[in-house]
Amino acid sequence: MLRTEAIEAIYPDLKECAVITIMGATAAELYACGHQPHFFYLEHAMGLASSMGLGIALSRPDLQVVVLDGDGSTLMNLGGLTTMARYRPPNLTHVVFDNEVLLSVGVSFTTATAEGTDLAGIAAAAGIPRTATCRTVASFQEAFRDALAARELATLVAKVEPKLPESFFIGCHMLENRFEFQRALERKT
Amino acid sequence: MPVSATNSKIIYDALKACGVRLVSVLPETWLVHLASLADDDPEMTLVRLAKEEEGIGISAGAHLAGVKSALLMQNHGFLASINGIVSLAQLYRIPLLMLISYRGSFGEEHPWQTEGGLVTEDVLSALRIPYERLDDPATVLSKIRQAQILADSSIRPVALLLGRALMMEECSEPRLSKPFTPI
Repeated sequence: MLRTEAIEAIYPDLKECAVITIMGATAAELYACGHQPHFFYLEHAMGLASSMGLGIALSRPDLQVVVLDGDGSTLMNLGGLTTMARYRPPNLTHVVFDNEVLLSVGVSFTTATAEGTDLAGIAAAAGIPRTATCRTVASFQEAFRDALAARELATLVAKVEPKLPESFFIGCHMLENRFEFQRALERKT
Repeated sequence: MPVSATNSKIIYDALKACGVRLVSVLPETWLVHLASLADDDPEMTLVRLAKEEEGIGISAGAHLAGVKSALLMQNHGFLASINGIVSLAQLYRIPLLMLISYRGSFGEEHPWQTEGGLVTEDVLSALRIPYERLDDPATVLSKIRQAQILADSSIRPVALLLGRALMMEECSEPRLSKPFTPI
């Protein structure tokens, strides 16, 4: 599965969600699908997208929050999985696009998931109540929709090809994105 | 020398008075009463962290979602959180309120706390994070309020260093007669 196909498959469901993405390819591909004011692209601070999602989910139980994470970023904040599991906000869905490499530096620098580390297994063992590893677009789309409908904290690992996006273009400055996102959350009731 | 429950309550009440409704904590000895007060308060969301840097992300998320928060940690936790502070709180202009227990300053008996104590203020200065020490319970509320006002107006992180005089009860016995008791 291509990450861009996986993002396109869930894009219609993101219309009502506060979405936090990691930097780079994931941010660019979501942006290319069509930017929304309630999408926030965390262009640095690797590992903390999931913690930001937890902060929003705990602060706004009325909002569905989706984090689009990566294998490299998740591996940088494994302890954060235990914190998410501990507080278990039902309005948080944590998606990990696992391409088994640190793609920004090239496909030769693999992460531990290339050698067998199972992020969904780690998430389940951390106490995340709903986890899955998805290998096709259809199964990922179904797991994502089921997690949203179940109103249960989930970590969904989508195994994707290590393919760079066509462009890394994001047409708004990171601070513009930050203030726009904050205002969008204020408006969402 | 027990941790001061009275002054912990004064700090906690000041956070509440400043509208803080979410605190993330990595508990250490000086912060145990503060963590318990947050835990017992149904109006407060307490997040017990696995590592301090998570708290930067949680506070950033809380801020963007309209909730005032504070991050409570030891100075060594602050040192462990620096990339989160720089690459999230500063880069994205988050008014992050940090309360940092200032271990390793005068009176510190534990050798392992002393190196962090030596560098804490220099690192805060290098990061251009405005900070003040909290030592006098009478000034706790005003200083926390002023720190929060500056954080909000500058939309940048600020720090308050929780000093030994505030956090620990006075020692009544001569120190040299005390056995070495690691905490």
